[in-house]
Amino acid sequence: MDELCTGLCKLMVESGADAGLAQFASLLVGVLLVSGVPLLTVIILIWVERKVAARIQDRIGPNRVGPLGLMQTFADLLKLLGKEDITPTSADRVLYNAAPLVSFASVVLIWVVVPFTPFHFGVDLEIGALYFVAIASLGTLAIMTAGWASNNKYALLGAFRVVALLVSYEVPLVFALLVPVMLAGSMSMLDIVNAQAGMWFVVLSPLAFAIFYISSQAETGRAPFDLIEAESELVAGFNIEYSGMKFGMFFAAEFLHVFTNGILMALLFFGGWMGPLYYESPLIAFAWLGLKGTIIYLTTLWLRNTVPRLRIDQIMAFNWKFLVPLSIANLILLSAALKIMQELGIAPRDMLSASFVDVLPTTVVMLLINLAMVAYLLGILRKRGREARREAGANQGMLARAASGAGD
Amino acid sequence: MELNAVTIGFFVFSILTLGGGIGVVTTRNLFQGTIWLMVSLFGVAGYFVLLSAPFLAAVQVLVYIGAIAILITFAVMLTRSVTRINERYIRTIPSFVASLALFLVLLFGITVPIFGDYPTEMAPTVVMTTRDLGVALVDGNGYVVPFLLASVLLTAAMIGAIFIARDEES
Repeated sequence: MDELCTGLCKLMVESGADAGLAQFASLLVGVLLVSGVPLLTVIILIWVERKVAARIQDRIGPNRVGPLGLMQTFADLLKLLGKEDITPTSADRVLYNAAPLVSFASVVLIWVVVPFTPFHFGVDLEIGALYFVAIASLGTLAIMTAGWASNNKYALLGAFRVVALLVSYEVPLVFALLVPVMLAGSMSMLDIVNAQAGMWFVVLSPLAFAIFYISSQAETGRAPFDLIEAESELVAGFNIEYSGMKFGMFFAAEFLHVFTNGILMALLFFGGWMGPLYYESPLIAFAWLGLKGTIIYLTTLWLRNTVPRLRIDQIMAFNWKFLVPLSIANLILLSAALKIMQELGIAPRDMLSASFVDVLPTTVVMLLINLAMVAYLLGILRKRGREARREAGANQGMLARAASGAGD
Repeated sequence: MELNAVTIGFFVFSILTLGGGIGVVTTRNLFQGTIWLMVSLFGVAGYFVLLSAPFLAAVQVLVYIGAIAILITFAVMLTRSVTRINERYIRTIPSFVASLALFLVLLFGITVPIFGDYPTEMAPTVVMTTRDLGVALVDGNGYVVPFLLASVLLTAAMIGAIFIARDEES
Protein backbone atom coordinates (compact mmCIF):
# COMPACT_ATOMS: atom_id res chain seq x y z
CA MET A 1 0.00 0.00 0.00
CA ASP A 2 1.53 3.31 -0.98
CA GLU A 3 0.80 6.86 0.07
CA LEU A 4 -1.57 7.31 -2.86
CA CYS A 5 -4.18 5.27 -1.03
CA THR A 6 -5.72 7.37 1.71
CA GLY A 7 -9.21 8.42 2.75
CA LEU A 8 -11.91 6.68 0.74
CA CYS A 9 -9.47 4.21 -0.82
CA LYS A 10 -8.21 3.13 2.61
CA LEU A 11 -11.76 2.71 3.80
CA MET A 12 -12.61 0.49 0.83
CA VAL A 13 -9.52 -1.66 1.30
CA GLU A 14 -10.32 -2.10 4.99
CA SER A 15 -13.82 -3.25 4.16
CA GLY A 16 -12.41 -5.91 1.86
CA ALA A 17 -12.21 -4.40 -1.64
CA ASP A 18 -9.39 -5.09 -4.10
CA ALA A 19 -6.53 -2.62 -3.58
CA GLY A 20 -6.16 -1.64 -7.24
CA LEU A 21 -9.89 -1.27 -7.69
CA ALA A 22 -10.19 0.81 -4.53
CA GLN A 23 -7.42 3.14 -5.68
CA PHE A 24 -9.00 3.50 -9.10
CA ALA A 25 -12.47 4.13 -7.63
CA SER A 26 -11.26 6.77 -5.18
CA LEU A 27 -9.28 8.54 -7.92
CA LEU A 28 -12.35 8.42 -10.16
CA VAL A 29 -14.50 9.98 -7.45
CA GLY A 30 -11.88 12.70 -6.98
CA VAL A 31 -11.73 13.45 -10.70
CA LEU A 32 -15.52 13.50 -10.98
CA LEU A 33 -15.79 15.87 -8.02
CA VAL A 34 -13.12 18.26 -9.27
CA SER A 35 -14.59 18.42 -12.76
CA GLY A 36 -18.19 18.20 -11.52
CA VAL A 37 -18.06 21.29 -9.32
CA PRO A 38 -17.27 23.69 -12.19
CA LEU A 39 -19.68 21.92 -14.57
CA LEU A 40 -22.56 22.31 -12.14
CA THR A 41 -21.54 25.82 -11.14
CA VAL A 42 -21.71 27.05 -14.70
CA ILE A 43 -25.46 26.26 -14.89
CA ILE A 44 -26.07 28.52 -11.91
CA LEU A 45 -23.58 31.10 -13.15
CA ILE A 46 -25.49 31.69 -16.36
CA TRP A 47 -28.61 32.47 -14.32
CA VAL A 48 -26.65 34.74 -11.95
CA GLU A 49 -25.01 36.59 -14.80
CA ARG A 50 -28.32 37.20 -16.59
CA LYS A 51 -30.03 38.35 -13.41
CA VAL A 52 -27.22 40.71 -12.46
CA ALA A 53 -27.01 42.16 -15.96
CA ALA A 54 -30.78 42.65 -15.95
CA ARG A 55 -30.77 44.42 -12.59
CA ILE A 56 -27.95 46.74 -13.66
CA GLN A 57 -29.89 47.63 -16.80
CA ASP A 58 -33.11 48.12 -14.78
CA ARG A 59 -34.77 44.98 -16.10
CA ILE A 60 -36.08 41.92 -14.26
CA GLY A 61 -34.24 39.21 -16.21
CA PRO A 62 -35.35 35.59 -16.55
CA ASN A 63 -38.47 35.13 -14.39
CA ARG A 64 -40.79 32.71 -16.21
CA VAL A 65 -39.31 29.23 -15.91
CA GLY A 66 -39.29 28.02 -12.33
CA PRO A 67 -39.09 30.20 -9.21
CA LEU A 68 -37.18 33.42 -9.96
CA GLY A 69 -36.45 32.01 -13.41
CA LEU A 70 -34.00 29.51 -11.90
CA MET A 71 -34.94 26.80 -14.40
CA GLN A 72 -34.35 29.08 -17.40
CA THR A 73 -30.84 27.72 -17.97
CA PHE A 74 -32.15 24.15 -18.16
CA ALA A 75 -34.73 25.22 -20.73
CA ASP A 76 -31.98 26.95 -22.73
CA LEU A 77 -29.79 23.89 -22.42
CA LEU A 78 -32.54 21.64 -23.81
CA LYS A 79 -33.10 24.10 -26.62
CA LEU A 80 -29.38 24.13 -27.48
CA LEU A 81 -29.25 20.32 -27.40
CA GLY A 82 -32.30 20.08 -29.66
CA LYS A 83 -30.93 22.47 -32.27
CA GLU A 84 -29.58 21.25 -35.56
CA ASP A 85 -25.88 20.55 -35.33
CA ILE A 86 -24.46 22.29 -38.37
CA THR A 87 -20.97 21.75 -39.74
CA PRO A 88 -20.24 23.97 -42.74
CA THR A 89 -19.48 21.96 -45.89
CA SER A 90 -16.07 23.47 -46.44
CA ALA A 91 -15.06 23.41 -42.80
CA ASP A 92 -12.24 21.28 -41.47
CA ARG A 93 -14.41 18.64 -39.77
CA VAL A 94 -12.03 17.37 -37.09
CA LEU A 95 -10.63 20.72 -36.01
CA TYR A 96 -14.06 22.37 -36.21
CA ASN A 97 -15.49 19.85 -33.75
CA ALA A 98 -12.40 19.74 -31.53
CA ALA A 99 -12.20 23.50 -30.91
CA PRO A 100 -15.21 23.83 -28.52
CA LEU A 101 -13.94 20.87 -26.51
CA VAL A 102 -10.45 22.35 -26.17
CA SER A 103 -11.96 25.70 -25.23
CA PHE A 104 -14.04 24.19 -22.42
CA ALA A 105 -11.29 21.83 -21.27
CA SER A 106 -8.84 24.71 -20.97
CA VAL A 107 -11.09 26.22 -18.30
CA VAL A 108 -12.14 23.05 -16.47
CA LEU A 109 -8.53 21.84 -16.26
CA ILE A 110 -7.62 24.95 -14.22
CA TRP A 111 -9.77 23.55 -11.41
CA VAL A 112 -7.32 20.68 -11.00
CA VAL A 113 -5.00 22.92 -8.97
CA VAL A 114 -7.70 24.94 -7.17
CA PRO A 115 -7.59 24.06 -3.46
CA PHE A 116 -11.16 24.24 -2.14
CA THR A 117 -10.13 23.84 1.50
CA PRO A 118 -6.79 23.11 3.21
CA PHE A 119 -7.53 19.39 2.77
CA HIS A 120 -9.66 19.17 -0.36
CA PHE A 121 -7.99 19.81 -3.69
CA GLY A 122 -7.43 17.99 -6.98
CA VAL A 123 -3.64 17.94 -6.91
CA ASP A 124 -1.20 20.16 -5.10
CA LEU A 125 1.19 20.59 -8.02
CA GLU A 126 4.54 22.06 -7.11
CA ILE A 127 4.16 24.22 -10.23
CA GLY A 128 0.48 25.10 -9.66
CA ALA A 129 0.66 28.74 -10.75
CA LEU A 130 2.66 27.89 -13.86
CA TYR A 131 0.23 25.07 -14.66
CA PHE A 132 -2.60 27.59 -14.59
CA VAL A 133 -0.83 29.84 -17.10
CA ALA A 134 0.06 26.91 -19.36
CA ILE A 135 -3.49 25.57 -19.41
CA ALA A 136 -5.01 29.00 -19.94
CA SER A 137 -2.85 29.42 -23.06
CA LEU A 138 -4.67 26.44 -24.60
CA GLY A 139 -7.82 28.58 -24.74
CA THR A 140 -6.09 30.85 -27.25
CA LEU A 141 -5.34 27.82 -29.38
CA ALA A 142 -9.01 26.78 -29.30
CA ILE A 143 -10.15 30.19 -30.56
CA MET A 144 -7.57 30.22 -33.35
CA THR A 145 -8.57 26.72 -34.42
CA ALA A 146 -12.28 27.57 -34.33
CA GLY A 147 -11.73 30.67 -36.43
CA TRP A 148 -9.66 28.86 -39.03
CA ALA A 149 -11.60 25.58 -39.19
CA SER A 150 -14.92 27.37 -39.80
CA ASN A 151 -13.56 28.44 -43.20
CA ASN A 152 -15.35 31.76 -42.93
CA LYS A 153 -13.46 34.99 -43.39
CA TYR A 154 -15.40 36.77 -40.63
CA ALA A 155 -14.64 33.96 -38.22
CA LEU A 156 -10.96 34.09 -39.15
CA LEU A 157 -10.76 37.87 -38.80
CA GLY A 158 -12.53 37.63 -35.45
CA ALA A 159 -10.07 34.99 -34.30
CA PHE A 160 -7.09 37.16 -35.32
CA ARG A 161 -8.39 40.08 -33.35
CA VAL A 162 -9.04 38.01 -30.27
CA VAL A 163 -5.82 36.03 -30.34
CA ALA A 164 -3.82 39.25 -30.58
CA LEU A 165 -5.65 40.47 -27.49
CA LEU A 166 -5.28 37.23 -25.54
CA VAL A 167 -1.58 36.78 -26.29
CA SER A 168 -0.85 40.38 -25.32
CA TYR A 169 -2.72 40.36 -22.02
CA GLU A 170 -1.08 37.12 -20.98
CA VAL A 171 2.14 39.11 -20.42
CA PRO A 172 0.93 41.44 -17.62
CA LEU A 173 -1.14 38.56 -16.22
CA VAL A 174 1.96 36.45 -15.72
CA PHE A 175 3.99 39.34 -14.30
CA ALA A 176 1.21 40.09 -11.81
CA LEU A 177 0.97 36.39 -10.96
CA LEU A 178 4.70 36.38 -10.17
CA VAL A 179 4.17 38.75 -7.23
CA PRO A 180 2.21 36.29 -5.03
CA VAL A 181 4.54 33.51 -6.20
CA MET A 182 7.55 35.57 -5.17
CA LEU A 183 6.02 36.53 -1.81
CA ALA A 184 5.04 32.95 -1.00
CA GLY A 185 8.32 31.59 -2.35
CA SER A 186 6.42 28.79 -4.03
CA MET A 187 4.26 28.12 -7.07
CA SER A 188 2.04 25.64 -5.28
CA MET A 189 -1.47 27.05 -4.86
CA LEU A 190 -1.70 25.51 -1.39
CA ASP A 191 1.53 27.23 -0.28
CA ILE A 192 0.43 30.55 -1.77
CA VAL A 193 -2.76 30.47 0.29
CA ASN A 194 -1.00 29.29 3.45
CA ALA A 195 1.58 32.06 3.07
CA GLN A 196 -1.24 34.58 3.44
CA ALA A 197 -1.99 33.53 7.01
CA GLY A 198 -0.17 36.64 8.24
CA MET A 199 -1.48 39.12 5.69
CA TRP A 200 -3.41 38.90 2.43
CA PHE A 201 -1.23 39.61 -0.57
CA VAL A 202 -3.69 42.19 -1.87
CA VAL A 203 -2.56 44.44 0.99
CA LEU A 204 1.09 43.89 0.15
CA SER A 205 0.62 44.70 -3.50
CA PRO A 206 -2.75 46.12 -4.53
CA LEU A 207 -1.15 47.08 -7.85
CA ALA A 208 -0.40 43.46 -8.73
CA PHE A 209 -4.00 42.57 -7.94
CA ALA A 210 -5.29 45.42 -10.11
CA ILE A 211 -3.10 44.32 -13.03
CA PHE A 212 -4.19 40.69 -12.60
CA TYR A 213 -7.83 41.78 -12.42
CA ILE A 214 -7.65 43.87 -15.59
CA SER A 215 -5.71 41.23 -17.54
CA SER A 216 -8.04 38.45 -16.51
CA GLN A 217 -11.00 40.57 -17.53
CA ALA A 218 -9.32 40.82 -20.93
CA GLU A 219 -8.47 37.10 -20.99
CA THR A 220 -12.14 36.23 -20.54
CA GLY A 221 -13.11 38.73 -23.23
CA ARG A 222 -15.43 40.79 -21.05
CA ALA A 223 -16.16 44.49 -21.42
CA PRO A 224 -14.29 46.79 -21.85
CA PHE A 225 -12.32 44.15 -23.75
CA ASP A 226 -15.26 42.29 -25.31
CA LEU A 227 -13.84 42.12 -28.81
CA ILE A 228 -14.37 38.36 -28.81
CA GLU A 229 -18.08 38.78 -29.21
CA ALA A 230 -18.84 42.25 -30.42
CA GLU A 231 -22.26 41.14 -31.61
CA SER A 232 -23.52 44.43 -32.96
CA GLU A 233 -20.86 45.37 -35.49
CA LEU A 234 -18.29 42.61 -35.83
CA VAL A 235 -20.58 39.65 -36.70
CA ALA A 236 -19.93 37.74 -33.47
CA GLY A 237 -16.30 36.87 -34.21
CA PHE A 238 -14.64 33.47 -34.19
CA ASN A 239 -17.72 31.42 -33.24
CA ILE A 240 -20.01 32.68 -36.00
CA GLU A 241 -20.43 29.28 -37.69
CA TYR A 242 -21.12 27.37 -34.50
CA SER A 243 -24.63 26.38 -33.50
CA GLY A 244 -26.35 24.22 -30.92
CA MET A 245 -24.32 22.65 -28.17
CA LYS A 246 -20.97 23.44 -29.82
CA PHE A 247 -21.78 27.11 -29.48
CA GLY A 248 -22.99 26.28 -25.97
CA MET A 249 -19.54 24.93 -25.11
CA PHE A 250 -17.84 28.22 -26.02
CA PHE A 251 -20.53 30.06 -24.12
CA ALA A 252 -20.20 27.89 -21.01
CA ALA A 253 -16.40 28.08 -21.17
CA GLU A 254 -16.54 31.87 -21.11
CA PHE A 255 -18.98 32.03 -18.21
CA LEU A 256 -17.01 29.49 -16.22
CA HIS A 257 -13.72 31.25 -16.99
CA VAL A 258 -14.98 34.46 -15.39
CA PHE A 259 -15.93 32.65 -12.18
CA THR A 260 -12.69 30.64 -12.24
CA ASN A 261 -10.76 33.88 -12.38
CA GLY A 262 -12.74 35.16 -9.39
CA ILE A 263 -11.77 32.06 -7.40
CA LEU A 264 -8.14 32.33 -8.55
CA MET A 265 -7.94 35.96 -7.45
CA ALA A 266 -9.42 34.99 -4.09
CA LEU A 267 -6.73 32.31 -3.77
CA LEU A 268 -3.80 34.40 -4.97
CA PHE A 269 -4.56 37.73 -3.33
CA PHE A 270 -7.36 37.38 -0.76
CA GLY A 271 -6.10 34.47 1.29
CA GLY A 272 -8.33 31.81 -0.26
CA TRP A 273 -10.14 29.98 2.52
CA MET A 274 -8.59 32.11 5.28
CA GLY A 275 -11.20 33.77 7.47
CA PRO A 276 -12.60 33.54 10.97
CA LEU A 277 -13.07 29.92 12.13
CA TYR A 278 -11.78 28.39 8.87
CA TYR A 279 -9.79 25.76 10.79
CA GLU A 280 -12.93 24.55 12.59
CA SER A 281 -14.42 22.76 9.62
CA PRO A 282 -13.54 22.37 5.93
CA LEU A 283 -17.07 23.51 5.14
CA ILE A 284 -16.44 26.93 6.70
CA ALA A 285 -13.14 27.20 4.81
CA PHE A 286 -14.94 26.32 1.57
CA ALA A 287 -17.62 28.90 2.32
CA TRP A 288 -14.98 31.61 2.81
CA LEU A 289 -13.35 30.80 -0.52
CA GLY A 290 -16.74 30.75 -2.24
CA LEU A 291 -17.74 34.05 -0.67
CA LYS A 292 -14.52 35.85 -1.67
CA GLY A 293 -14.57 34.38 -5.17
CA THR A 294 -18.22 35.34 -5.63
CA ILE A 295 -17.67 38.93 -4.51
CA ILE A 296 -14.82 39.36 -6.99
CA TYR A 297 -16.91 37.62 -9.65
CA LEU A 298 -19.81 40.01 -9.05
CA THR A 299 -17.54 43.05 -9.42
CA THR A 300 -16.42 41.76 -12.83
CA LEU A 301 -20.10 41.46 -13.85
CA TRP A 302 -20.69 44.97 -12.60
CA LEU A 303 -17.74 46.24 -14.63
CA ARG A 304 -18.89 44.31 -17.69
CA ASN A 305 -22.31 45.89 -17.63
CA THR A 306 -21.11 49.41 -16.92
CA VAL A 307 -18.24 50.27 -19.23
CA PRO A 308 -18.31 50.66 -23.02
CA ARG A 309 -16.09 48.71 -25.39
CA LEU A 310 -12.63 49.91 -26.39
CA ARG A 311 -11.21 49.80 -29.90
CA ILE A 312 -8.55 47.20 -30.68
CA ASP A 313 -5.79 49.82 -31.03
CA GLN A 314 -6.74 51.37 -27.68
CA ILE A 315 -6.71 47.95 -26.05
CA MET A 316 -3.29 47.13 -27.48
CA ALA A 317 -1.80 50.51 -26.62
CA PHE A 318 -3.14 50.24 -23.07
CA ASN A 319 -1.56 46.82 -22.69
CA TRP A 320 1.87 47.35 -24.21
CA LYS A 321 2.44 50.96 -23.23
CA PHE A 322 0.86 50.91 -19.80
CA LEU A 323 0.15 47.53 -18.21
CA VAL A 324 3.29 45.67 -19.29
CA PRO A 325 5.82 48.33 -18.18
CA LEU A 326 3.85 48.84 -14.99
CA SER A 327 3.74 45.14 -14.14
CA ILE A 328 7.48 44.76 -14.81
CA ALA A 329 8.33 47.83 -12.69
CA ASN A 330 6.06 46.57 -9.92
CA LEU A 331 7.75 43.18 -9.91
CA ILE A 332 11.29 44.59 -9.95
CA LEU A 333 10.64 47.12 -7.18
CA LEU A 334 8.84 44.66 -4.93
CA SER A 335 11.39 41.89 -5.38
CA ALA A 336 14.26 44.32 -4.67
CA ALA A 337 12.47 45.61 -1.58
CA LEU A 338 11.74 42.09 -0.36
CA LYS A 339 15.35 40.97 -0.81
CA ILE A 340 16.77 44.05 0.91
CA MET A 341 14.37 43.67 3.83
CA GLN A 342 15.18 39.99 4.12
CA GLU A 343 18.89 40.85 4.28
CA LEU A 344 18.19 43.50 6.94
CA GLY A 345 16.18 40.94 8.86
CA ILE A 346 12.89 42.82 8.97
CA ALA A 347 11.08 40.63 6.45
CA PRO A 348 10.41 36.94 7.11
CA ARG A 349 12.49 34.59 4.96
CA ASP A 350 9.69 32.09 4.91
CA MET A 351 6.19 33.51 4.54
CA LEU A 352 4.62 30.13 5.27
CA SER A 353 5.39 30.31 8.98
CA ALA A 354 5.18 34.09 9.35
CA SER A 355 2.57 35.60 11.65
CA PHE A 356 0.80 38.94 11.31
CA VAL A 357 3.45 40.76 13.37
CA ASP A 358 6.30 39.22 11.34
CA VAL A 359 4.81 40.41 8.07
CA LEU A 360 3.80 43.86 9.30
CA PRO A 361 7.01 45.77 8.33
CA THR A 362 7.05 44.10 4.91
CA THR A 363 3.42 44.98 4.41
CA VAL A 364 3.95 48.64 5.27
CA VAL A 365 7.00 49.03 3.00
CA MET A 366 5.41 47.22 0.05
CA LEU A 367 2.15 49.08 0.40
CA LEU A 368 4.04 52.40 0.47
CA ILE A 369 5.97 51.42 -2.68
CA ASN A 370 2.70 50.56 -4.39
CA LEU A 371 1.00 53.76 -3.28
CA ALA A 372 3.96 55.82 -4.50
CA MET A 373 3.73 54.10 -7.89
CA VAL A 374 -0.01 54.76 -8.06
CA ALA A 375 0.49 58.43 -7.20
CA TYR A 376 3.16 58.75 -9.89
CA LEU A 377 0.92 57.02 -12.43
CA LEU A 378 -2.04 59.22 -11.61
CA GLY A 379 0.18 62.25 -12.26
CA ILE A 380 1.13 60.91 -15.69
CA LEU A 381 -2.43 59.98 -16.56
CA ARG A 382 -3.65 63.42 -15.50
CA LYS A 383 -1.12 65.09 -17.78
CA ARG A 384 -2.08 62.85 -20.70
CA GLY A 385 -5.77 63.41 -20.11
CA ARG A 386 -5.25 67.17 -20.11
CA GLU A 387 -3.33 66.98 -23.40
CA ALA A 388 -6.03 64.81 -24.97
CA ARG A 389 -8.72 67.23 -23.86
CA ARG A 390 -6.79 70.20 -25.24
CA GLU A 391 -6.37 68.42 -28.56
CA ALA A 392 -10.04 67.48 -28.67
CA GLY A 393 -10.98 71.08 -27.85
CA ALA A 394 -8.76 72.40 -30.65
CA ASN A 395 -10.26 69.93 -33.13
CA GLN A 396 -13.75 70.89 -32.12
CA GLY A 397 -12.97 74.57 -32.53
CA MET A 398 -11.62 73.91 -36.01
CA LEU A 399 -14.73 71.90 -36.94
CA ALA A 400 -16.98 74.63 -35.64
CA ARG A 401 -15.09 77.27 -37.64
CA ALA A 402 -15.30 75.11 -40.77
CA ALA A 403 -19.03 74.60 -40.25
CA SER A 404 -19.73 78.29 -39.73
CA GLY A 405 -17.52 79.12 -42.74
CA ALA A 406 -19.56 76.75 -44.91
CA GLY A 407 -22.77 78.32 -43.63
CA ASP A 408 -21.82 81.85 -44.72
CA MET B 1 10.02 -4.49 -20.04
CA GLU B 2 7.35 -4.57 -17.38
CA LEU B 3 3.97 -3.07 -18.13
CA ASN B 4 3.18 -0.27 -15.72
CA ALA B 5 1.77 3.24 -15.85
CA VAL B 6 5.13 4.74 -16.84
CA THR B 7 5.60 2.32 -19.74
CA ILE B 8 2.07 2.91 -21.02
CA GLY B 9 2.60 6.65 -20.65
CA PHE B 10 5.86 6.39 -22.55
CA PHE B 11 4.14 4.62 -25.45
CA VAL B 12 1.23 7.07 -25.50
CA PHE B 13 3.57 10.06 -25.54
CA SER B 14 5.78 8.38 -28.16
CA ILE B 15 2.75 7.90 -30.40
CA LEU B 16 1.78 11.53 -29.85
CA THR B 17 5.28 12.83 -30.55
CA LEU B 18 6.07 10.64 -33.55
CA GLY B 19 2.54 10.70 -34.95
CA GLY B 20 2.49 14.48 -34.65
CA GLY B 21 5.84 14.61 -36.42
CA ILE B 22 4.59 12.41 -39.26
CA GLY B 23 1.49 14.61 -39.48
CA VAL B 24 3.65 17.73 -39.80
CA VAL B 25 5.60 16.43 -42.80
CA THR B 26 2.76 14.65 -44.62
CA THR B 27 -0.11 17.14 -44.45
CA ARG B 28 -0.47 19.48 -47.41
CA ASN B 29 -2.18 22.09 -45.29
CA LEU B 30 0.09 24.40 -43.31
CA PHE B 31 -2.44 25.16 -40.58
CA GLN B 32 -3.11 21.48 -39.97
CA GLY B 33 0.65 20.99 -39.96
CA THR B 34 0.89 23.53 -37.13
CA ILE B 35 -1.75 21.65 -35.15
CA TRP B 36 0.19 18.41 -35.68
CA LEU B 37 3.31 20.19 -34.47
CA MET B 38 1.44 21.13 -31.29
CA VAL B 39 0.41 17.49 -30.80
CA SER B 40 4.04 16.49 -31.17
CA LEU B 41 5.22 19.14 -28.70
CA PHE B 42 2.52 18.04 -26.28
CA GLY B 43 3.96 14.54 -26.41
CA VAL B 44 7.37 15.95 -25.52
CA ALA B 45 5.80 17.69 -22.52
CA GLY B 46 4.56 14.25 -21.48
CA TYR B 47 8.13 12.92 -21.57
CA PHE B 48 9.17 15.67 -19.17
CA VAL B 49 6.47 14.54 -16.75
CA LEU B 50 7.72 10.94 -17.01
CA LEU B 51 11.27 12.19 -16.35
CA SER B 52 10.08 13.84 -13.10
CA ALA B 53 10.47 17.37 -14.43
CA PRO B 54 6.98 18.91 -14.10
CA PHE B 55 8.36 22.45 -14.35
CA LEU B 56 9.85 21.76 -17.77
CA ALA B 57 6.59 20.08 -18.82
CA ALA B 58 4.56 23.16 -17.95
CA VAL B 59 7.10 25.43 -19.62
CA GLN B 60 7.00 23.21 -22.71
CA VAL B 61 3.21 23.64 -22.96
CA LEU B 62 3.35 27.35 -22.12
CA VAL B 63 6.21 28.37 -24.38
CA TYR B 64 6.01 25.94 -27.29
CA ILE B 65 2.25 25.42 -27.58
CA GLY B 66 0.99 28.62 -26.00
CA ALA B 67 3.43 31.04 -27.58
CA ILE B 68 5.61 29.69 -30.40
CA ALA B 69 2.96 27.54 -32.09
CA ILE B 70 0.46 30.41 -31.90
CA LEU B 71 3.06 32.68 -33.50
CA ILE B 72 3.58 30.07 -36.24
CA THR B 73 -0.18 29.98 -36.94
CA PHE B 74 -0.10 33.77 -37.20
CA ALA B 75 2.79 33.62 -39.64
CA VAL B 76 1.05 30.88 -41.64
CA MET B 77 -2.22 32.75 -41.91
CA LEU B 78 -0.73 36.13 -42.68
CA THR B 79 1.16 34.64 -45.61
CA ARG B 80 -1.00 34.97 -48.69
CA SER B 81 -2.85 31.89 -49.94
CA VAL B 82 -0.32 29.64 -48.30
CA THR B 83 -2.85 27.28 -46.77
CA ARG B 84 -3.39 25.42 -50.03
CA ILE B 85 0.00 25.10 -51.64
CA ASN B 86 0.32 23.02 -54.76
CA GLU B 87 3.99 23.37 -55.67
CA ARG B 88 6.13 20.47 -54.63
CA TYR B 89 9.62 20.71 -53.30
CA ILE B 90 11.50 18.86 -56.03
CA ARG B 91 15.09 18.74 -54.80
CA THR B 92 14.73 15.15 -53.63
CA ILE B 93 18.36 14.03 -53.62
CA PRO B 94 19.78 16.74 -51.30
CA SER B 95 16.83 16.29 -48.93
CA PHE B 96 17.32 12.53 -48.96
CA VAL B 97 21.05 12.84 -48.22
CA ALA B 98 20.46 15.36 -45.43
CA SER B 99 17.73 13.35 -43.71
CA LEU B 100 19.70 10.11 -44.07
CA ALA B 101 22.76 11.76 -42.49
CA LEU B 102 20.67 13.10 -39.61
CA PHE B 103 19.03 9.72 -39.13
CA LEU B 104 22.40 7.95 -38.99
CA VAL B 105 23.77 10.46 -36.50
CA LEU B 106 20.73 9.99 -34.26
CA LEU B 107 20.85 6.21 -34.68
CA PHE B 108 24.52 6.21 -33.68
CA GLY B 109 23.97 8.59 -30.79
CA ILE B 110 21.05 6.63 -29.37
CA THR B 111 22.17 3.05 -29.90
CA VAL B 112 25.81 3.34 -28.82
CA PRO B 113 24.99 4.20 -25.18
CA ILE B 114 22.52 1.29 -25.08
CA PHE B 115 24.75 -1.44 -26.55
CA GLY B 116 28.17 -0.07 -25.60
CA ASP B 117 29.62 -0.67 -22.16
CA TYR B 118 28.73 2.76 -20.82
CA PRO B 119 27.39 3.08 -17.29
CA THR B 120 23.61 3.33 -17.64
CA GLU B 121 21.86 5.89 -15.57
CA MET B 122 18.23 5.55 -14.56
CA ALA B 123 15.91 8.54 -14.72
CA PRO B 124 15.82 10.13 -11.27
CA THR B 125 12.78 9.13 -9.26
CA VAL B 126 13.09 12.19 -7.03
CA VAL B 127 11.12 15.09 -8.46
CA MET B 128 13.43 18.01 -9.26
CA THR B 129 12.02 21.04 -7.56
CA THR B 130 11.86 24.42 -9.22
CA ARG B 131 14.16 25.65 -6.47
CA ASP B 132 16.86 23.19 -7.58
CA LEU B 133 16.44 24.38 -11.15
CA GLY B 134 16.67 28.04 -10.13
CA VAL B 135 19.77 27.44 -8.00
CA ALA B 136 21.44 25.52 -10.85
CA LEU B 137 20.84 28.47 -13.19
CA VAL B 138 22.47 31.11 -10.98
CA ASP B 139 25.04 28.98 -9.18
CA GLY B 140 28.69 29.60 -10.05
CA ASN B 141 29.25 25.83 -10.25
CA GLY B 142 26.03 25.37 -12.21
CA TYR B 143 24.91 26.86 -15.47
CA VAL B 144 25.31 30.57 -14.84
CA VAL B 145 27.43 31.21 -17.97
CA PRO B 146 25.03 29.54 -20.44
CA PHE B 147 22.17 31.26 -18.64
CA LEU B 148 23.77 34.70 -19.07
CA LEU B 149 24.70 33.95 -22.68
CA ALA B 150 21.12 32.96 -23.45
CA SER B 151 19.89 36.17 -21.80
CA VAL B 152 22.26 38.29 -23.89
CA LEU B 153 21.18 36.45 -27.05
CA LEU B 154 17.49 36.99 -26.28
CA THR B 155 18.02 40.66 -25.46
CA ALA B 156 19.95 41.14 -28.71
CA ALA B 157 17.15 39.45 -30.65
CA MET B 158 14.56 41.65 -28.97
CA ILE B 159 16.48 44.85 -29.70
CA GLY B 160 16.91 43.66 -33.28
CA ALA B 161 13.17 43.06 -33.61
CA ILE B 162 12.40 46.54 -32.26
CA PHE B 163 14.98 48.08 -34.59
CA ILE B 164 13.51 46.36 -37.67
CA ALA B 165 9.92 47.12 -36.74
CA ARG B 166 10.61 50.79 -35.99
CA ASP B 167 9.47 53.53 -38.33
CA GLU B 168 12.16 54.94 -40.59
CA GLU B 169 11.44 58.55 -39.74
CA SER B 170 11.42 58.53 -35.94
